[in-house]
Amino acid sequence: MTAPVYNFAYLDEQTKRMIRRAILKAIAIPGYQVPFASREMPMPYGWGTGGVQVTAAILGPRDVLKVIDQGSDDTTNAVSIRKFFTRTAGVRTTTATGEATVIQTRHRVPEAALNENQVLVYQVPIPEPLRFLEPRETETRRMHALSEYGLMHVKLYEDIARHGHIATAYAYPVQVDGRYVMDPSPIPKFDNPKLSDCAALQLFGAGREKRIYAIPPYTRVTSRDFDDHPFEPYRHDASCELCAATESYLDEVITDDAGNRMFVCSDTDYCEHRRALGHGPVAASPPAEAVHD
Amino acid sequence: MSPTPQMNERSVEPAFASQAAFRALMECLSRPGERRTLDGIGAPAPMQAATAALVRSLADYESPIWLDPVFAAAPAITDWIRFHTGAPIVAAPSKAAFALVADASALPDFMQFAQGSEEYPDRSTTVIVQVERFTGTKLTLQGPGIETTRDFAAEPLPADFAQRLRDNREMYPRGIDLVFVAGHEIAALPRSVRVVEN
Amino acid sequence: MYVAVKGGERAIDNAHALLADKRRGDRNVPELSLEQIDNQLALAVDRVMCEGSLYDRELAALAIKQARGDMIEAIFLLRAYRTTLPRFGASEPIDTGAMDIRRRISATFKDLPGGQVLGPTFDYTHRLLDHTLTADSDIAPAATAPADAATFRSVADLLAGGGLIEGDAQATGEVGDLTREPLSFPAGRDLRLQNLARGDEGFLLALAYSTQRGFGRNHPFAGEIRYGEVEIEFFAEDAGFAVPLGVVAITECQMVNQFTGSATQAPRFTRGYGISFGQSERKSMAMALVDRALRAKELGEEAGSPAQDEEFVLSHSDNVQATGFVEHLKLPHYVDFQAELGLLRKLQAEFFERDAQTEAQLQDAAE
Repeated sequence: MTAPVYNFAYLDEQTKRMIRRAILKAIAIPGYQVPFASREMPMPYGWGTGGVQVTAAILGPRDVLKVIDQGSDDTTNAVSIRKFFTRTAGVRTTTATGEATVIQTRHRVPEAALNENQVLVYQVPIPEPLRFLEPRETETRRMHALSEYGLMHVKLYEDIARHGHIATAYAYPVQVDGRYVMDPSPIPKFDNPKLSDCAALQLFGAGREKRIYAIPPYTRVTSRDFDDHPFEPYRHDASCELCAATESYLDEVITDDAGNRMFVCSDTDYCEHRRALGHGPVAASPPAEAVHD
Repeated sequence: MSPTPQMNERSVEPAFASQAAFRALMECLSRPGERRTLDGIGAPAPMQAATAALVRSLADYESPIWLDPVFAAAPAITDWIRFHTGAPIVAAPSKAAFALVADASALPDFMQFAQGSEEYPDRSTTVIVQVERFTGTKLTLQGPGIETTRDFAAEPLPADFAQRLRDNREMYPRGIDLVFVAGHEIAALPRSVRVVEN
Repeated sequence: MYVAVKGGERAIDNAHALLADKRRGDRNVPELSLEQIDNQLALAVDRVMCEGSLYDRELAALAIKQARGDMIEAIFLLRAYRTTLPRFGASEPIDTGAMDIRRRISATFKDLPGGQVLGPTFDYTHRLLDHTLTADSDIAPAATAPADAATFRSVADLLAGGGLIEGDAQATGEVGDLTREPLSFPAGRDLRLQNLARGDEGFLLALAYSTQRGFGRNHPFAGEIRYGEVEIEFFAEDAGFAVPLGVVAITECQMVNQFTGSATQAPRFTRGYGISFGQSERKSMAMALVDRALRAKELGEEAGSPAQDEEFVLSHSDNVQATGFVEHLKLPHYVDFQAELGLLRKLQAEFFERDAQTEAQLQDAAE
């Protein structure tokens, strides 16, 4: 048996056409989940097959691809997906957010503002924002059709009653252009505001659940909240110990067995870029336990 | 070592052409009213090269096509579509995934096309309309993909075109999506677009 | 001092090299050939072909070898390969009545035309470890009946003659394909059966078992189980007629189930249907029980049990999907975890503050 060869970007042209038709409808109906006949990919479901199929369908020979997982270009899954496209599409890859034309991401939105020539492709595990309130697809589809989002509001309000807060820290539901309630994928809610009026096209691919959805550029995206409990993005009240950034989303890293910890930027490119510009560690880092909004 | 997939270097050219056409349309739908250039591919008259490129990049046996009377009267068009895409040609516009319109001034009533359902609004027709030029009566648009407002014009179009777009938006999320081709330029008006003045 | 994790690519390459090394194992032990797997682990090959949705014994054997015997991994390999194959269309319906029978049994009739044909089965073996298999075994060829052209009518057809059982579902000509169109609910029986045929044997077995224990009981009898070879034909547009493509081995199970009737329908037996590639009776029988359970609504039966819930069953039967999503928890989730951690600290701080206040108030009241 000889080594198999595949079409540009792995998928056959018929599959790409099917995905492309779904993407076009997704863009025309922002936030609506378009069903598509997701294929078995050579990586497992749950590891980004939806994002990979979307990327494969849009990618061209002149694209420059960046792949991140948890904000980082170096995590194993990001490395694996980047390598997949290097081999199957021969496209140029980069870790620099500004250089990329297509960015595939899992769980983060880059810190740097995106531009009009970029497409951000999200990997989505559970695309249905109402799924944990109502497990049945037939029901949730009807709720979207009728804009019946009261149940979600009740759930968020129950959180407030019980905890004094909305107890959703990531995958915080959004409403797109005043119509569809949408799952932004498991990004921390810190990233939610970046979805709104973004210059780049945002595409969301859920392989196992067979759904594609989109937010066109410059589309109003609001995080669901209440007048008396407005949406609050959250970040650790600290600065990055490598680049001293005070605005970026931080990862907490445990540094020894005594449980000491430090904070560093989750977006590795953002952090490296800042360090290249001369930003460095601050003399006295703030106490790690000071954590509030 | 685990095997890694390798690209077939010989068969990439048609894939690149399809990708270029799709990407141009994806950008147009993402930015309603904005134009993109598309070189296109040769096809029998009256099909324009950019229309042909879009059809080849998007249509196949899973996407029925409806032809307006001008296209339908040209057997070479039907043959070309069948040969290059394998897409079934349907007589009822309400069954079509794509509709091809050569005579833009006689653009059929939008309600004749598939509108999708409330549950599945994506099951709707994408109407590709060949126009002569992107000038004429200016429409000012707002909506997803438009930062403030954007102007759009094409001719020839029916006199009540602006009203039809408004009616289409009234149906939202049901409705049709429009793609315009003039020479090597394309533009799109997805159903999400709002006409603010004309 | 914290160092950013670098070198992911080299780590992955090394991990893969280690996997290849472990797969081969002790180099003094002869390497498995695909023929050995195909012949001596034939039922593993059958299962991988069935749940992998691709009939090719050599590729299935390769997948099993590559997966180190992990069946779901092998199924996944075969599925991922299948997805890259060009598709020419669907075959003509196979005629299991014309099956070249290797085994055929019925639990509903002591004897029937064609008789009970036991064929190769574990059914009456005593499950005692056979230590003679630890060394090279010398097995004499088994006695077989002479091949003849006889075909056996199915037991369900025999019953249908007397009007005691519902007829076969009417063929509509068009069948769905969930690998080309995403499943939407309610799914037709064609898509349900396709989903079950690709479904995980263990999952279907457990569901089928649950119906026997009362969670959606449907009083089954194994009307017939047959295993053998059938011809596959494909209607070629250019030739204008159906051409034979080859022969596949399949196992078919027709369950006969009780139905008490309704206001409009006379009491009669109903059917559940199961089919699988190769010899896989457990899978075919489980599938037939679940198929029948999923028909509860159609037959106007009460439908509150898991096996009767179409959306539940069809959404969770695929082991490639299931294993991917369960195992993806191995991927980093630290961004979300950090967000939860932050929220938890905040909630805890507020809780203890409230607690302290209450304590202080109680203290005040006591003084």
